[in-house]
Amino acid sequence: MANILAMGEISGGKLKKVSTEMVSAAKTLGGTVSAVLVGEGATAAAAELGKYGAEAIYTNDTKDYIPTSIAKAIADLIKEKSIDILLLPHSGSGKDIAPRVGALLDAGVISEAVEIKMDGDRVVCKKPIHSGKAIVDFKATTAVQIITVRQNSQEISENAGTGAVEALNVDAANEKYKLVSLQEKKSERVALTEADIVVSGGRGLKDAAGFKMIEDLADLLDAGTGATRAIVDAGWVDHTLQIGQTGQTVSPNLYFAIGISGAIQHLAGMGSSKFIVAVNKDADAPIFKVSTFGIVDDLFKVMPVLTEEVKAIKG
Amino acid sequence: MNILVLVKQVPDTEAKITVSGGKVNEAGVKMIIAPYDEIALEEAIRIKEKTGGTITAITVGPESAQSALRTAYAMGADTGILVKQDNYEMLDSFTIAEAILKATEGQSYDIILAGRQATDSDNGQVPLIISTKLDIACMTLANEIVVDGSNVKATCEIEGGEAVYEASTPVMVTANDRLNEPRYPSLKGIMAAKKKQIDTKSIADLGIGEPKVTVNSFDPPAERPAGRIIDGEEAADKAKALVDALHNEVKVI
Repeated sequence: MANILAMGEISGGKLKKVSTEMVSAAKTLGGTVSAVLVGEGATAAAAELGKYGAEAIYTNDTKDYIPTSIAKAIADLIKEKSIDILLLPHSGSGKDIAPRVGALLDAGVISEAVEIKMDGDRVVCKKPIHSGKAIVDFKATTAVQIITVRQNSQEISENAGTGAVEALNVDAANEKYKLVSLQEKKSERVALTEADIVVSGGRGLKDAAGFKMIEDLADLLDAGTGATRAIVDAGWVDHTLQIGQTGQTVSPNLYFAIGISGAIQHLAGMGSSKFIVAVNKDADAPIFKVSTFGIVDDLFKVMPVLTEEVKAIKG
Repeated sequence: MNILVLVKQVPDTEAKITVSGGKVNEAGVKMIIAPYDEIALEEAIRIKEKTGGTITAITVGPESAQSALRTAYAMGADTGILVKQDNYEMLDSFTIAEAILKATEGQSYDIILAGRQATDSDNGQVPLIISTKLDIACMTLANEIVVDGSNVKATCEIEGGEAVYEASTPVMVTANDRLNEPRYPSLKGIMAAKKKQIDTKSIADLGIGEPKVTVNSFDPPAERPAGRIIDGEEAADKAKALVDALHNEVKVI
């Protein structure tokens, strides 16, 4: 029976959805699941993870992002508790911390798995490489196996767990990071990587004002809004909305690609979405090769009606 | 400043890559310096232009990866190191990191620069493994780097915004795509690069441990089920039919 540690995330004192996703994913591997949660409000929010199968949850309430120290604390925890497998979200902090823990433990690290499966004592993982042109099936060979998992790629399921919260010591004395300033762009919208539905726009919107159509539809669906690199570079929207190989990778249940041709770099960032809707006037646009439903027409004629129809359903 | 730049040779992202028999077929594919590594190299050159010093570019890969070093020379690198790994395994970041550490042992660099991730594996692990092994700071996804004496400030992309971090040299920084626009090498640079020596080492001679990640197979991506183009007289009819399908057929809205 493997000992599996899942790293969760907390934001504004609330557990992020990915925390329950990681604990659920750990549970599917079998074995004993514990969790680690570091951030402001972690101790108060942690017990919730017991409902998804976590036995022990190790928490620290530091509000500072101190990756060197957090990685060290997690590596020490892995040694102390004889953890075999560490699962982390492939998020900003997950992909930053995982290789650091790997280096401290001389452990193999798998990045951004979209499928994980137990085979003997190994976690066999799959991930797309070469911008989605190939899928690799691979595993870590070391005693401790570290895996970052693409957000929204795993089912969330409730499982009984003790949910016992214990303090995790994070010693920041040797921290190499020093934060000078922070500029966060607050958004009322659901985080892109956690959204069930994402509405994205590309150059077909013609100008920055066209993005209003994307926002209107997203508002109705409680969806995240995304963008192609082209319109980010053009300055129509903020770069935090960029979806693609650079920028965010999303795996929502439903993805709207509006006025997006479907360059390979964009497809790499959204190709694992379950349902893809494309609206584009160019019938040869590559986006139609991956779309579940396509409309070949002028988006300026399609979007107002589409939005009205959705409004009618949502009442 | 003595600067080390980690460069990786990767297939052009636009290249057609096929998978068959459990292997990726890269034969005949155009190879380039990974785009973010090229940005890291450009940044190294800009830092050197201000502070003086030397730039060493290092790559781990097959013999053919030396063309990435030729490009680095043409852009402005002073020294190029190729760590030859004939059985090149692009997903075992740990081995690549260890090879770079061994090949540069005894050298001291003030700044190590690398791209945020290579566009083939998208792992982004090598800089973090190296910095942790060297016990130095690693600031990732930098959109701006300011070097002032031994102080290095980096404006880094984080989820939902930007953060400015600072650390003292030696330091590792990874380049995001907004850091700079890499220069084109001059013809003179390209000609001169052809004559430069490349310090070639073999990974087998460096005493690297066992691989930490192994591949079972490479497979083609699962075909998405054929999509449906929604028919209709007018755009409005199509929009209505689409919403109907999403709501009543697949029930996602």
